Amino acid sequence: MVESRDLGTSPDEVQFRFRDDEPVDHGTVTVDSCCDQTNATAVRIEPGDDARLLLPFLDRLALVEVNFPAFTDGRGYSAARILREAGYTGELRAVGDVLIDQLSHMRRCGFDSFAPDKRLDEGDAARAFATWDNVYQRAADTRRTIADKRHEA
Amino acid sequence: MYQYDSYDQAMVDARVEEFRDQARRRMEGRLSEDQFKPLRLMNGLYLQLHAYMLRVAIPYGTLNARQMEALADIAEKYDRGYGHFTTRQNIQYNWIKLEDAADALADLARHEMHAIQTSGNCIRNISADHFAGAAADEVTDPRPYAELLRQWSSFHPEFTHLPRKFKFCVIAAEKDRAAMRLHDIGIRIVKRDGAVGAQFYVGGGMGRTPIIAPLVRDFVAVDQLITYAEAALRVYNRYGRRDNKYKARIKILVHELGAAEYTRQVEEEFAHLLSVGVEPPREELARIAEYFAPPAFHHPSESWDLEQLQSKAAGDPSFRWDDGFGLWVRRNTHPHKAPGYVSAVISLKPVGGIPGDATADQMRIVARLAREYSFDELRVMHTQNLLLPHVRIADLPAIWAALDAAGLAAPNMDTIEDIIACPGLDYCSLANARSIPLAQRISERFAETGRTEVVGELKLKISGCINACGHHHAGHIGILGVDRKGTENYQLSLGGSEAEDVSLAKITGPGFDEDGVIAAVETVTDVYLGARADGERFIDTYRRIGMEPFKEALYG
Repeated sequence: MVESRDLGTSPDEVQFRFRDDEPVDHGTVTVDSCCDQTNATAVRIEPGDDARLLLPFLDRLALVEVNFPAFTDGRGYSAARILREAGYTGELRAVGDVLIDQLSHMRRCGFDSFAPDKRLDEGDAARAFATWDNVYQRAADTRRTIADKRHEA
Repeated sequence: MYQYDSYDQAMVDARVEEFRDQARRRMEGRLSEDQFKPLRLMNGLYLQLHAYMLRVAIPYGTLNARQMEALADIAEKYDRGYGHFTTRQNIQYNWIKLEDAADALADLARHEMHAIQTSGNCIRNISADHFAGAAADEVTDPRPYAELLRQWSSFHPEFTHLPRKFKFCVIAAEKDRAAMRLHDIGIRIVKRDGAVGAQFYVGGGMGRTPIIAPLVRDFVAVDQLITYAEAALRVYNRYGRRDNKYKARIKILVHELGAAEYTRQVEEEFAHLLSVGVEPPREELARIAEYFAPPAFHHPSESWDLEQLQSKAAGDPSFRWDDGFGLWVRRNTHPHKAPGYVSAVISLKPVGGIPGDATADQMRIVARLAREYSFDELRVMHTQNLLLPHVRIADLPAIWAALDAAGLAAPNMDTIEDIIACPGLDYCSLANARSIPLAQRISERFAETGRTEVVGELKLKISGCINACGHHHAGHIGILGVDRKGTENYQLSLGGSEAEDVSLAKITGPGFDEDGVIAAVETVTDVYLGARADGERFIDTYRRIGMEPFKEALYG
């Protein structure tokens, strides 16, 4: 099994990051490789991959990239939530066709870094990240929902 | 009915501003049409043949007089003075300009309405039994559950880029008046040993591949409803097909996996999500339900029953019982749970008219009637009609007179004139054939010959292409417009039903041209009238005698 150094994004390509730790500075491996190797710390999920295959290895992972080859393919949102629901605390990076109007939903699903194929306008992105004053449903960001607020003592 | 609190209001206000920003970026050329498309669709804005079309959500088809008047104002301000009520209990405006769209959305928001998620590959407006809260036979009002689902599904971060659009329907009676099993998820609220819960039917739909949804779970506890829905959606989002948009609906996934395997996966996800905790607090459903408390109905002694109405009308010609009123009462009213009350259907199917269209003036008249006679409440029916849900039988003469004067008193609910038709080639860029002119000619033909009443209940549904927006698969008689070598051709099908006796229609044989299909509909009703036994509806006779006699008459 070859560990591909070409796969994945480098820290330089990350445009937005909501973490204080040092980014992983080496490439990612495929989900299959990750399951076969005991030392991989960074992995890349393609839309057709089953994120649950990674659950036994979450302790050793520091970076999970979720690729969006087309923004209309929403499988990566479920992958992100599944990882966060399982307790993954490492970096979760959305890469590929990541656009302004997907940022806020991605953030709610647990993504904390973003490496868009095309750099985004900083002002538009700042507005997009601040989209939701309040939210209706529980998600990976563990924000208190509107319903929670309505019924707090 | 439900009223926004400051959270709900802030949510729609913020979305208007977000859309204003997106539209600005589009008009400045910073968003490509490809990038803008899913954003405008998420806000109900379609690009049709001639202009943008704005589809406004009317959650579970319920609205008040003020909201109906706001819809009338929008029709005049931004459109051509009318709107079109749809099979999803929504309203569409066909002539909206992109530069006006944000202002129209702002007007909607001021009246607690929006166009959010009325298109795009996301969870669409939740539909419900149009007689909810009124029907004599319901277990409970299904709308609080629909509202709970509306809030949960609004801007759901995980489910905004599903493989394909996703439609929920909620009912709470054995009778199905909302085509529940022809939805992606159909929910029937039931009571078992005093406990309220939900039956989940998953993977139904019309379109190119009509499928009746199988029952996936017979009882979901009401305080796990959202969790189960989330599990059902997550399995779909992960495994629904994305390689072919015509195979991307959940019905294909459930069909290909098999209902048992799909259910197994959902149950696994459900167990996991229960441990995560995604259900809203229990108090939220109770909070919502308070808004749907029954109105303060008058004591039965202050109204009449239908027999009293008829006997009074018999002695007083001013009631015009034989001049249309009697027939309208018989056809267009529906039993109510409160004594002395009925629900009254306002037909948007005048003979020769466009099914589902209403002018701004008509909307205002309907709004006034709702305010005066129906506790300020209106419904949009999936049959493209309107409804006054709670009216005193004693008020029916006044209501009918007002409707009659406004051209809104067609006594044709569930008859062959009560046609469901999609916009067809007159508006829609997907259509192969026109639907509206065909509906107009058929209703004229049956009205002229006096056949409508003789035939009785007969649900005719017309789609202008195989996407089946006109529900032709579920028509007692269905008509599908196709393009055959550059000319419009119409296929006839028989035996469908969207109700509790749900079934899919079967094609009779080779198609017809426009004149030919109208003649064929008459031929089919001839066969029915010749063969029907006492009390049989068209669909009953068809089921008893089968397709052959109809084929013989059509092609023999």
